[in-house]
Amino acid sequence: MELLRSFTNPDLSYLANLCHNCRGCFYACPYAPPHEFALNLPKTFAQVRNESYAEYAWPRVLAGVFASNGVVVSLVTVACLTLIFMISIYFQGPNALYAKHLGSGAFYAVIPFRVMVTVSIVTLGYALLALAMGFLNFWKDIGGTIPELFSLSNWQRTFADVLTLRNLGGGGHGCTDKDETFSNARRRFHHALFYGFLLCAASTTVAAIYDHFLHWIAPYPFVSLPVLLGTMGGVGMMVGCSGLTWLKLVGDQTPADRNLLGADLALTLLLALSAFSGLVLLALRSTEALGILLALHLSFILALFLVLPYSKFVHGIYRSGALLRNSIERRLGSAPSSE
Amino acid sequence: MVDLNSIYDVLVIGGGNAALCAAVTARRKGKSVLLLEHAPRDFRGGNSRHTRNLRVMHSAPTSVLTESYSEDEYFQDLLRVTAGNTDEVLARLTVKESGNALPWMESCGALFQPALSGTLSLSRTNAFFLGGGKALMNAYYHTADCIGVHTLYDTEVQTLHFEGRSVRNVTISVKGFPANVRAKAVVAASGGFQANLEWLKEYWGEAAGNFLIRGTPYARGRVLRDLLRKGVMPVGDPKQCHALAIDARAPKFDGGIVTRLDCIPFSIVVNNLGDRFYDEGEDIWPKRYAIWGLLLARQPQQIGFSIFDSKSLNRFMPSVFPPVQSQTIAGLAAQLGLPPAALEKTVREYNIAVRPGNFDSKKLDSCHTEGLVPPKSNWALPIDVPPFYSYPLRPGITFTYLGVKVNEEARVLLESGTPIDNLFAAGEMMAGNILGCGYLAGLGMAIGTVFGRIAGREAARIADN
Repeated sequence: MELLRSFTNPDLSYLANLCHNCRGCFYACPYAPPHEFALNLPKTFAQVRNESYAEYAWPRVLAGVFASNGVVVSLVTVACLTLIFMISIYFQGPNALYAKHLGSGAFYAVIPFRVMVTVSIVTLGYALLALAMGFLNFWKDIGGTIPELFSLSNWQRTFADVLTLRNLGGGGHGCTDKDETFSNARRRFHHALFYGFLLCAASTTVAAIYDHFLHWIAPYPFVSLPVLLGTMGGVGMMVGCSGLTWLKLVGDQTPADRNLLGADLALTLLLALSAFSGLVLLALRSTEALGILLALHLSFILALFLVLPYSKFVHGIYRSGALLRNSIERRLGSAPSSE
Repeated sequence: MVDLNSIYDVLVIGGGNAALCAAVTARRKGKSVLLLEHAPRDFRGGNSRHTRNLRVMHSAPTSVLTESYSEDEYFQDLLRVTAGNTDEVLARLTVKESGNALPWMESCGALFQPALSGTLSLSRTNAFFLGGGKALMNAYYHTADCIGVHTLYDTEVQTLHFEGRSVRNVTISVKGFPANVRAKAVVAASGGFQANLEWLKEYWGEAAGNFLIRGTPYARGRVLRDLLRKGVMPVGDPKQCHALAIDARAPKFDGGIVTRLDCIPFSIVVNNLGDRFYDEGEDIWPKRYAIWGLLLARQPQQIGFSIFDSKSLNRFMPSVFPPVQSQTIAGLAAQLGLPPAALEKTVREYNIAVRPGNFDSKKLDSCHTEGLVPPKSNWALPIDVPPFYSYPLRPGITFTYLGVKVNEEARVLLESGTPIDNLFAAGEMMAGNILGCGYLAGLGMAIGTVFGRIAGREAARIADN
């Protein structure tokens, strides 16, 4: 790749999504602005990445949502808030939102169980399908084949890269997160968000198993697997979202594209609101606030499910694909082997 | 914070590699240090920001260097490129001390690339900075900042005031405002004068106006000239500069490595009359690239045009600019502003003179011209497969050789040979002591690092007295 003299669009999509936006190149480059060549690779790659999100979006007619993604994510969230409150009022009457609900099945007094389950499964299922289709569009465009996806050895390094964010470690000293000095802040905050998110997903999965197979009905006691996982996850997500937003806002703006800030902040904020509303719900679930807090929490979760394939969230899908391509190239010896 | 009313222990003039090595060394010895960088923060680091590696003596493989590179081999390489034009004591000191440079650099936050295995011969002799010279400068400035070196950007030193054999105070201009600063010892590490076109014109006449300067526009040699006028002993030929052929469309300053062109052996080079003027295939390119800057400097308007055809397009590393392209030689000439008939005639005569041979870009091959003046001795292939291409070329000046004479303590000497009590020099400002002419990759950074540290150490010692 580094020997190429000209690059095709798929090459650029691959490179841009392989780029972890560590900005090391920007601070090391003697041609970075204010030099008259004004080379700004992190900014250019961020723009190319955003274009690639639109290009590979499934279905293609929704590509436009990446043009002003912050607005889209915000409007979807507002729509979900309205919808969940209307559902609650429609099925359980207006008083259910303000009444005290205690004991087993308290949540379903606000939103009926069947409605909650149906909406979650349909929206999450759709989101996963759309993410998978987007991944395949990207994978095929950058020259990947389907059999390559089924070779476990191809994935080994990729999994390690994704789970450790090795490339944000810079080989130990970290990356230029905020300015030209090195730190591991971005990697650590991303870990907090990523693993927090996974813990919350695990919490929901355990809760589903309790409900479906063991017929233990939510809410669960404070000392129970779903609540413990969810609490740790929620705190992790809050830490991660706060830290990443802090870095975005105090960091050097030159290597960033101001037009993409909205998309980044909208998703981070939605994740933070999902986590925060869940934690507050846990704290106040034995009070009259339960109804409103549950409706808020479910609204944020629904919005999150809906925008998964149409927000900054997709960066993880395409970055993983690019890392997979890179790990295959390394194994074939066509990518440099030094770190 | 910076206090221009106080007397600093050590004043460092300059903001590149040597200056920072001196500043950090002196500060680590507990001295108060003020560093004056002429450039604004965004362009700090002098020409060090364009460098990539440092030549290091070593007796065994390390994580960043392969095999070994002995003191003698290093010194012999230096003798070869300078044709003996070197001060052996200072040269051997540089070579030996380069062996201690890497751990010290790492203690200042420098990062290196792991040694590349395989064909790149430089990984045996040169340690490559991870991210290049600008990343190294960022690490040094960060270290300097953390340990309390005071730094002023946009600050030019105008003149040094002597009292007997000592520098007493220094007149500076801080963001355009005049000021004075006093220090017990002064380290001058403010480079050569290659960015001072008026000074270059003293030797090259108006032609120098057409030179492009490959590095920082702040290497104006103001301190160098000030010292030479005050009776400091010069070293190095003032007329000489390291110059090569670069893309004529490069910016006037700071175009750096990406404007360099290696197309000459695979093309013919004409001046703005459409005439050839030198053997493009005289010898292998690494031995010849450094003569082309001065060859171009002697042509009208100091411009040349490399002409080649589609066969040669991918035989060399291109510059950052795309080549000029046309289906005909006349069309190419029109785009370049050359007389079309003259260029067609030159290409025709050249094509006729080319003798068949076995082309091999890796060595001196048998492809040459016969009966052509000047000849093309190697890699001569007819220019006959359109599209035709051209890169316009101008002299690109890398550095000048003129400097000040120093001793092993980096102390600046007067013309009488007497050392100045409290003035030291490091980096390009004194590199001419060791590199009297020629060029050796990574030597400039080695000299800067070694003498920067020596100057910092000695300046700190003087400040104690």
